[in-house]
Amino acid sequence: MATIDYGGTQYVLQDGESVLDGLLRQGAEVPHSCRKGSCHACVLQAMAGDIPAEAQDGLKETLRAQGYFKACCCRPAGDLAIALADPDDRVAASLTRIEWVSPTVIRVRLTPSPPIEYHPGQFVTLVREDGLARSYSIASLPEESALELHVRCLPKGRMSQWLAREARPGTWVQLGRASGDCFYLPGDPEQPLLLAGTGTGLAPLYGIARDALAQGHTGPVWLFHGAGDRHGLYLEDALAALSERHENFFYVPSVRRGPAPPGIEIGELGDGIRSAFPSLRGWKAYVCGNPEIVSTLRKQLFMAGVASRAIHFDSFLPAAA
Amino acid sequence: MANVGTETSLYDQLGGSAAVDAAVDIFYRKVLADGRISRFFDDVDMDAQIAKQKAFLTMAFGGPNQYTGTDMRSAHKPLVAKGLNGGHFDAVVEQLGQTLSELGVKPALIAKVAAVAATTRQDVLNA
Ligand SMILES: Cc1cc2nc3c(=O)[nH]c(=O)nc-3n(C[C@H](O)[C@H](O)[C@H](O)COP(=O)(O)OP(=O)(O)OC[C@H]3O[C@@H](n4cnc5c(N)ncnc54)[C@H](O)[C@@H]3O)c2cc1C
Ligand code: FES
Repeated sequence: MATIDYGGTQYVLQDGESVLDGLLRQGAEVPHSCRKGSCHACVLQAMAGDIPAEAQDGLKETLRAQGYFKACCCRPAGDLAIALADPDDRVAASLTRIEWVSPTVIRVRLTPSPPIEYHPGQFVTLVREDGLARSYSIASLPEESALELHVRCLPKGRMSQWLAREARPGTWVQLGRASGDCFYLPGDPEQPLLLAGTGTGLAPLYGIARDALAQGHTGPVWLFHGAGDRHGLYLEDALAALSERHENFFYVPSVRRGPAPPGIEIGELGDGIRSAFPSLRGWKAYVCGNPEIVSTLRKQLFMAGVASRAIHFDSFLPAAA
Repeated sequence: MANVGTETSLYDQLGGSAAVDAAVDIFYRKVLADGRISRFFDDVDMDAQIAKQKAFLTMAFGGPNQYTGTDMRSAHKPLVAKGLNGGHFDAVVEQLGQTLSELGVKPALIAKVAAVAATTRQDVLNA
């Protein structure tokens, strides 16, 4: 049984319990979201004690060296003294604009001060004043003044409804560091790129596509965006304009259920990709959005010849209750 | 230089961990495409599956691996419950051989790999 000293208070963990679960069970406040190690909302800093390696998976070298770890993945063998991650790690950001871009999706713009470093396609964890934390992928480019997120509004979604109905320009939130490896890496400008996602899975893909084109990618960049019905599609005009400006950029919107005007395919996203490209050998792929679709598409693209390491993805896992 | 004075190990002859990396995608794609056995490999978690295939290839290549007979048994028990039998085992070994020959490995070495894989037969099938 490990004892955790958190800000001067002692918490005893039960056998096999994570630091996050143990602290929450005993009433401590710790920001968290996915509870699975992917969102990094629960990062804390260890002042003393040994952190198991898996609790630092996916954290930058510099952060590991400072004892940062993910509380939801940390089942320590011995006692620890820990603290909230250095507040310097979180930045304040002011919401600047919130607009509906489809009946179910809002585009949220915010300005972090100071600006944060990120690659388009990575995600940030947005923390509300009361500690509610959710991750969102970044659709903007660093040279743009505001950070852009696309949020799908769920009927009972605590964060999404708050953003859509209550938050106003000027409202402040906190942002964690940008993380995730779903972003464009220059180095092979001719490699064909396949970007596929459903719903607000478009956010990172929109960022990655524009980033690749801005960095001079010359190979074809195909963006397949799928939605349940027409209301799930958005930014069609911006994407059509982008393909006007770049002859190597191709935008293919599709919906599972019609009706749909000309130019929008009806059918499963994966089927559309399969019929356009029976073989994807030598391609790089980015897949984002609904976790089940991401998992199915990854396998499909792999079977079509994309190397497993050339598939970057982000599953939009719901936050654990 | 662990093998000075002795015959180079099978693992080194095949090219060590680089050979495992080269083989894993091809092998995993083959077993998923093989209707006889794909259902045993078609897990939702692709990363976990790839990690398992890597461990299997490392073992079959005679490389460093952490498997014990008991691990093998317990790891495959759920698959045996799903009907895994000797025919499936042979199909996997066959795909392993195809993978290696696609990578240009000589038949004599492929036979050695198949022989290593065969040593796990009893444990895998919980026989
Ligand atoms: C790495 C990462 C990146 C993400 N990027 C984005 C992004 O760019 N855009 C975006 O919109 N979301 C994204 N998400 C999801 C996001 O973090 C939230 O989970 C989502 O906005 C719901 O939060 P909420 O507080 O509004 O709803 P909650 O209050 O958490 O949930 C409300 C209800 O809806 C259910 N629910 C939760 N998620 C779903 C779902 N997907 N489908 C159906 N029901 C659901 C819950 O079970 C609950 O009953 C991402 C998630 C991860 C892990
Ligand atoms: S990484 Fe711990 S809650 Fe998401």
